[in-house]
Amino acid sequence: MTQSVIVRFDKVNKWYGQHQVLHDVSLEVKKGEVVVVCGPSGSGKSTLIRTINALEPIGNGSLTLDGIAVHAKGTDLNKLRQSVGFVFQQFNLFPHMSVLDNVTFAPIRIQKRSRAEAETLARDLLARVGLAEKAGSFPGFLSGGQQQRVAIARALALQPPVILFDEPTSALDPEMVGEVLQVMKALARDGMTMICVTHEMGFAREVGDRVIFMDQGRVVVDTTPDLFFDAPDHPRVKRFLSDVRGEH
Amino acid sequence: MLEIIQDYWLTFLIGQYPNGPLGGLAMTIIVAVLSILMSFPIAVAFAMARLSAFGWLRAASAGLVNLVRGIPLLMLIFWCYFVIPIMTGYAVSGFWTLVCALTIYEAAYLSEVIRAGMASVPKGQTEAARSLGGGYFLTMRGVILPQALFNVLPGITSQFISTIKETSLGYVIAVNELTFAANQVNNLLLTQPLQVFTILAAIYFILCFVLSRGLSRLETSIRRKRGLL
Repeated sequence: MTQSVIVRFDKVNKWYGQHQVLHDVSLEVKKGEVVVVCGPSGSGKSTLIRTINALEPIGNGSLTLDGIAVHAKGTDLNKLRQSVGFVFQQFNLFPHMSVLDNVTFAPIRIQKRSRAEAETLARDLLARVGLAEKAGSFPGFLSGGQQQRVAIARALALQPPVILFDEPTSALDPEMVGEVLQVMKALARDGMTMICVTHEMGFAREVGDRVIFMDQGRVVVDTTPDLFFDAPDHPRVKRFLSDVRGEH
Repeated sequence: MLEIIQDYWLTFLIGQYPNGPLGGLAMTIIVAVLSILMSFPIAVAFAMARLSAFGWLRAASAGLVNLVRGIPLLMLIFWCYFVIPIMTGYAVSGFWTLVCALTIYEAAYLSEVIRAGMASVPKGQTEAARSLGGGYFLTMRGVILPQALFNVLPGITSQFISTIKETSLGYVIAVNELTFAANQVNNLLLTQPLQVFTILAAIYFILCFVLSRGLSRLETSIRRKRGLL
């Protein structure tokens, strides 16, 4: 099966002052792939996905999204960002807007679609994440898991070909992790291209096509979930896996 | 005191109107509302400038704000009184002089309040708006400012109250407002300044108190609606 490449990192480096946070990162993500990025804290995984929609600048190297050089001078970032959804660890819903207004914000105010059309789409999306009845509520009345599901609907409202998840379940109480993962799994099964920074190893194994392991700004391992979990050959990965499984 | 109110309530309320210029409480409210309406957009613009990515814009706006905040309001009123006619070539009424001075003065203070409000909005809000493809102005208008202004509503209320009370300085350039009206009444009565000025104080107090209670109720009801209580 030949798939087109949608995200390509080519020797990307990035520094915070003297500290190098991305080290010669080269990788490709193809359309329809679900890529799970994991690694110890401070390994650069959040930084990595935040460079894809230019929330973080890069030092050097090249990064393309659907063939467009993300960090080139003259790239229309506002236009580019409409083609890549982003889900934050802290949800970042707009607290002064109803759930429905959160989801229709971008279609109406950025894409200038009609309110009727945007609301129909938003209600569909809210139904997909299981929150159709919360359209009129404000985020302040929702649980963390519900807020994150609204955030996913909001990211989907622009119908982007790729969606990025930055530790979407890390800020949630344990009993709410499942509902968010369920929505993400359904998305993955629908063929959405997803890059997820997450420690949810069950998710990686169940729907991931690839697992990327990062350490100290480097991509250390880029392999299939089966090989990653069942036959880890890198000592750093072995240690990481025993840490997340709580084996001590 | 009741007698003074009975005899002169109309003077307190509207000055000499309709037999003379509009004045009294009505004029005080008109000056205050105009000054607040005009200073508000300026204050928002200055707050945005002070948090801008451009160093020169930050420096210029900070300089202006500090300059205005370092001048007594009375000096600013005198200065406007003499400078505006020279600069514009028109004789400007005391009314517009006062509105201009109050606008400049309040904009400086209000911009600091609003700046604090903008700084209090979590960075994730900006990132969320930008990640959806929102530009700087849409992010400000649609996401940051609505939250920032709401967060600092108590501070904004204080500035509005200050503005109302500061209209009384219009008295020194003969603007027909509430304090001016009280003085006229005092000059007619001659023997009861304490009573007259107590009435004056009570009117200012009631006006400010009603405004502050009204805005604080508005805040509570919005918080409740948004699930922020």
